Amino acid sequence: MTAALIGLPLFGAATLLLGGRRTNAWGHFFAVAMSASSFFVGIFLFIQMLGRSGEERAVGQYLFDWISVGRFHVPFGLHIDQLSMVFVLLITGVGTLIHVYSIGYMEHDPNRRRFFAYLNLFVAAMLLLVLADNYLLLYVGWEGVGLASYLLISFYQHKPSAAAAGKKAFIVNRVGDVGLSIAVMLMFVTFGTVTFEGVAAGAPQAAPSHVTWIGLALLLAACGKSAQFPLQSWLLDAMEGPTPVSALIHAATMVTAGVYLITRAHAIFDLSSTARTAVVTIGAITLLLGAFIGTAKDDIKKGLAGSTMSQIGYMILAAGLGPAGYVFAIFHLLTHGLFKAGLFLGAGSVMHGMNDDVNMRHYGALRTAMKITYATFGLGYLAIIGVPPFSGFWSKDEIIHAAFGQNIYIGLATLLGAGVTAFYMTRMMAMTFFGEARWEKGIHPHESPATMTAPMLILALGSAFGGLLLVFVGDIEGWLEPIVGIGHSDHAVSNTILIPVTLLVVLVGAGYGWMTYGRRPVPVVAPENVSLLTRAARADAYGDALNEAVFMRPGQYLTRALVWFDSKAIDGTIGGLSAAIGGLSARGRKLQNGYARSYALTMLGGAVLIAFVLLLVRL
Amino acid sequence: MLTILMLIPLLGSIAVFALPAARETLAKQIALGISIVTACGAVFLTTRLSGLGGGFAVTEKHDWIPAFGISWSLGIDGISGVLIVMATLLVPLVIIAGWNDVEKIGRGTVKGFFSLILILEVFMIGVFAATDLFLFYVFFEAMLVPVYFLIGRFGGPQRAYAAMKFLLYSLVGGLFMLASLIGLYVVSERQLGKGTFDFSALANMNIDPATQKVLFLGFFFAFAIKAPMVPFHTWLPDAAAESTPGTSTLLVGVLDKVGTFGMIRILLPIFPEASKYYTPIIIILAVISIFYGALLAIGQTDMMRLIAFSSVSHFGFIVMGIFAMTSQSMSGATFYMVNHGFSTGALFLVVGFLVSRRGSKKIEDFGGVSKVAPVLAGVFLISGLSSLALPGMSSFVSEFLVLLGTFSVYKDVAIIATFGIVLAAFYILWMYQRTMTGVPSTEVTETVTEITKRELAAIVPILAVIIGLGIFPQVALKVINPTVNQIQTHVGLFDPVASTTPSESGS
Repeated sequence: MTAALIGLPLFGAATLLLGGRRTNAWGHFFAVAMSASSFFVGIFLFIQMLGRSGEERAVGQYLFDWISVGRFHVPFGLHIDQLSMVFVLLITGVGTLIHVYSIGYMEHDPNRRRFFAYLNLFVAAMLLLVLADNYLLLYVGWEGVGLASYLLISFYQHKPSAAAAGKKAFIVNRVGDVGLSIAVMLMFVTFGTVTFEGVAAGAPQAAPSHVTWIGLALLLAACGKSAQFPLQSWLLDAMEGPTPVSALIHAATMVTAGVYLITRAHAIFDLSSTARTAVVTIGAITLLLGAFIGTAKDDIKKGLAGSTMSQIGYMILAAGLGPAGYVFAIFHLLTHGLFKAGLFLGAGSVMHGMNDDVNMRHYGALRTAMKITYATFGLGYLAIIGVPPFSGFWSKDEIIHAAFGQNIYIGLATLLGAGVTAFYMTRMMAMTFFGEARWEKGIHPHESPATMTAPMLILALGSAFGGLLLVFVGDIEGWLEPIVGIGHSDHAVSNTILIPVTLLVVLVGAGYGWMTYGRRPVPVVAPENVSLLTRAARADAYGDALNEAVFMRPGQYLTRALVWFDSKAIDGTIGGLSAAIGGLSARGRKLQNGYARSYALTMLGGAVLIAFVLLLVRL
Repeated sequence: MLTILMLIPLLGSIAVFALPAARETLAKQIALGISIVTACGAVFLTTRLSGLGGGFAVTEKHDWIPAFGISWSLGIDGISGVLIVMATLLVPLVIIAGWNDVEKIGRGTVKGFFSLILILEVFMIGVFAATDLFLFYVFFEAMLVPVYFLIGRFGGPQRAYAAMKFLLYSLVGGLFMLASLIGLYVVSERQLGKGTFDFSALANMNIDPATQKVLFLGFFFAFAIKAPMVPFHTWLPDAAAESTPGTSTLLVGVLDKVGTFGMIRILLPIFPEASKYYTPIIIILAVISIFYGALLAIGQTDMMRLIAFSSVSHFGFIVMGIFAMTSQSMSGATFYMVNHGFSTGALFLVVGFLVSRRGSKKIEDFGGVSKVAPVLAGVFLISGLSSLALPGMSSFVSEFLVLLGTFSVYKDVAIIATFGIVLAAFYILWMYQRTMTGVPSTEVTETVTEITKRELAAIVPILAVIIGLGIFPQVALKVINPTVNQIQTHVGLFDPVASTTPSESGS
């Protein structure tokens, strides 16, 4: 059954890609059906799992021996437990909604079949990522989602910017993959196995330095996939992809894989405070950096992308808190998956109505023209800034609470992040749905078709009630406890103080955003005369400039120099050497006549001579 | 049995050559039929390896020049077995892919081209199957002849230069090998009383380390040129760029493997002490090759040269794996040889399809191909992904095994080498971006047509093997592992044990 989860969407992708044009007419429905069937299988397995008690919920499925050399044995095995189950439901659930949404969104695209094939491929790879029972098979899913992401970011291949963005995403992710490779290799030399079970069992006996290095290598991997500092730069460019892709891959699921990885490897992180500190630090930096970038973006999708970075920063930070945070990292991952997917679909709906314009300075006053989009986006807004009782409140508050339990500065960072989040989201709401209409000529905003609004409504419901449900009905803490454990720090600030303070900070951020963008007219052209900070935020905090200066430009020079060196120095030296020898022999014996057989004979003579000398001297 | 396997393409080659020049289609059909039969035969013979524990199967031995202890001895083990299968599977696909190449070039005869390919196949089988080192040397040199003519007759504008360069480099290498070979013979005469070139007898001798170190170098030099390793690589880009795609496939995919094959199957067993002695310098050269090849690939403007340089990088991984001498690294390296043959072959062939349409190998002359020929672009992408070792494809398994095995003995080296995977992604995806995406120019729209059925027939089997072996690598690893273990034991090395062995470890 577990294998069917992956098999169904994989079959969908294969059918659509190999079937070619014959499947154009019904391919997208088929893809939706495959994704939905996978979701139903997931529900079925979930109900089965509910029927078993906490410790017996994990089920393995061994398929075959994948790689076996010497002492290195890697099974092709799947493993479904409470943690993977949460992901299965999120991936297939949100995934199916986004498949449905895409029917409307991609209706007029000539390459719609290919788009749905890639979506199916993504779902399959992502499921493999969360269902693998060892780190190497996880790696297959890990790069599989990277491939799907690459294909979908550069889906509009005629656009050079899209093609470049796809490549960039893949390459930056590869840097992270180096970390995953090293982690897996270290696991093997340390534990002799790379299964989750074996690593977890061996961790307590292993040398602490090994454990720390494994943790740091895994963190590097997580930074790549989850767009965390310093590997964050690809995510903003990834917005070149069609919006449903941004919602599914670059908000709800794939980019959270880093959080999954760290949580899955909790046995490692539990034992290394150094690795945990590194994780928390990276999370804190990214949550502020992402929020900061989000404040100055006029492109609605890039604004949301900055926000995604920031929210994943929260999750990574929580995961770095150890047992006190894992559950909340996953909890926030779930609520974020719902509200951020909803926000992205809302953005897509707005773009659909605005002729694919992404510039919020050309929006304004859309609340009347697109009522459903406004309402669903609004619910997502309330959820992300953390207004009770909407879903983001429950999860983010827990993270802030746990962060204060760890360290006052980390706590303040999360608190500050909450304020900035409220600011940039209010800015986005105000610029898009309020104020005066700043529409370009000939634009007539209209509500999107039902295939698009229905998924948005469902996600909006999730944004509104998801948190409540997970806390009071789902008991997310109790659900995940058998896997990651629960820890509470003693010196935490009490929630009775923290919640009002957090809400106050949020209110200040939102209020400031409203005063700046809701109460004053928004210029249609972005003002040039802005502070250094705004400029930095517009330039993605100079992440690209840094990459350009440190890697790309020196790399170019090095490559060019090497090409020259290879043809002139290496080839030239050897060529010159042989010309010299050839010249000598030509003068001496007039043998340089260009015939291969003459060369061959000369050499044979030389060989025998050398052999003879060798024998005389050495033997 | 192996003699028969070699006789099939030999007779086929003669038959093709004997045809009247006008019967072009028949010549192609015979060549294709013969190569398919040969491939089936090779697959069948490797099945005989199971349960042999790594030794030689289907052996045969006939005296050839008894005075010098030279015999016609053939046999396959796990390493040569998989390489022969890879080589013989590629030949029919190369024939299909190059079906119309000769007519396009307008030089040479069709029957000449295909009989040369079949002759080359004979020598390819021979060089891997020879268990007499003199015979190995004969095949090693004999292979040069058909390739020389394949490049020199049927190549591009610079073919004469490229063919001569290829020949000279190979001959120089062969010369050093011959010198060492004679030395080895003399040593065997002193130790065994009677000189021999028999591989097993030579491997079982105890050559004194100082002598090993000298003799090792002659072989290594020949193999390093063949493989090719930096700085002996400059013949490869020229040869690969000037050949027809099919020739490049066989040249880089199969012939170059003789170098790395020689390292693992001749250097390690016969010169174990010298191999260990030279390990540090060779591993450093290998890591240099990985990065040098990759950076040079990034800097190329010609697709064929780009693939050639990417191969220099791949060979760096293979050599590193061989000399790390752990079971994972050596099995990985051997499996890498197989996978590299398929993935580089796929790339060469697809680029060949593109070149035959557009009449140019320059990256800048393409762009937007995915718009006019989406399937061709897709096939190109899959081949590229295989070259960058995407997990799920066979190349990932081998590359990871090489890195893992190296890591277990030289952590720092492996960590540095791992960064090579970033560069691989760069040169492949950048090439894809520049050739396949964007808006197609008028020239591209007019010339680049969608992939044909014949071309699909050549490329799809390769891609199927790449993906199949990615999911079921044990099919090949089961054959390779026992032989690698034997070599490892022979050299006297063991895999390091994990530092922590958990009491209740999973499988």
